[in-house]
Amino acid sequence: MSKVIVVTSGKGGVGKTTTSANIGMGLAMRGNSVVLIDTDTGLRNLDLLLGLENRILYDLVDVTEGRVPYRKALVAHKKYEKLLLLPTSQIRDKSAINPAQLMVLCDELRKNYDYVIIDCPAGIEQGFKTAIAAADMAIVVTMPEIAAVRDADKIIGELLRSEKNDIRLIVNRIRPSMVDQGEMMNMEEIQKHLELKCIGQIPDEQSVITAANIGEPVILNQDSYAGKAYANIVGRICGEEIPFLVVPKDGLLKRLKKAFGF
Amino acid sequence: MFDSIMKIFGKKEKSGKIAGDRLRVLLVHDRANMSPEIMEKLRDDIIQVISKYMDINKKDMELSFENEDNAVALVANIPVRRMRHS
Ligand SMILES: Nc1ncnc2c1ncn2[C@@H]1O[C@H](COP(=O)(O)OP(=O)(O)OP(=O)(O)O)[C@@H](O)[C@H]1O
Ligand SMILES: [Mg+2]
Repeated sequence: MSKVIVVTSGKGGVGKTTTSANIGMGLAMRGNSVVLIDTDTGLRNLDLLLGLENRILYDLVDVTEGRVPYRKALVAHKKYEKLLLLPTSQIRDKSAINPAQLMVLCDELRKNYDYVIIDCPAGIEQGFKTAIAAADMAIVVTMPEIAAVRDADKIIGELLRSEKNDIRLIVNRIRPSMVDQGEMMNMEEIQKHLELKCIGQIPDEQSVITAANIGEPVILNQDSYAGKAYANIVGRICGEEIPFLVVPKDGLLKRLKKAFGF
Repeated sequence: MFDSIMKIFGKKEKSGKIAGDRLRVLLVHDRANMSPEIMEKLRDDIIQVISKYMDINKKDMELSFENEDNAVALVANIPVRRMRHS
């Protein structure tokens, strides 16, 4: 049974595209065939995180408007060929594609691929409604900041009203040292506010930025905590019970007493 | 209680905790605003229950959320015309 997963957040810039790229990559590394769809029309990003920006010929709008069959628009990853990107248009806007069109496309993709991952634009307008239309599962990405959690709560409300009941939470950009000092909300607290179980937290790490620089998702770097955290999240999405990886906090020189799980 | 003692002694609250407290209040308001139908149903249910005991002026009834420090209170202002005989 193939699965359509939308990655959403409400607030912009919290890590939807980063998360989509890593989860898609992680599922492909496990041998699944994966189509990543960028629905942030006008603000194409996902191609960059995967290092595929120079291979794009057609885009999502070409497909939904019937100019090319979807297979012609899919761009295969250089190393993991089971990972395919359906890039979005750089020149059109969010109104260029509607929920019904994306549902038709996803129904086609379900026949041939194990996973379809949809990278959603920020906001709760038309672009969001289109992105969630076909999803069986929604991943809500948030950050340990008051505005990001508030927007996540709003998005969760919208998802539930649209009868999207399988919702998973990811807390991105956690800074363990700030949490330790009481200057940042921790994962448990955010879970409690949002009344959702968290399937992982990603540390705020340079490795994520260097990964973007070179166009190789951080999950390929298993020496980084962010990469490990994403690998664990992928396992949990596949239904595995993976205990939260315990890593020492930074500034640990003297006191190794407390630890932090990803 | 402990919090207010800490405040009296001038110990500064950590920003992480302040964020959490603010969120708790905020999300009550946000969720209520997002679902006016629920508030409408709550209003109807309250009217039904209260009416068993007293005759109330439904038209002038007010239902609102008010903030008190770190908590949210549901405040109902219900004009009572008369009490029913028990
Ligand atoms: N865990 C992290 N550590 C450090 N930097 C991060 C982390 N997650 C994301 N970033 C950085 O934050 C920025 C925003 O990330 P990203 O583009 O994935 O967010 P987005 O939610 O897709 O944004 P938009 O709403 O604009 O689509 C990027 O520059 C990314 O490299
Ligand atoms: Mg994005």
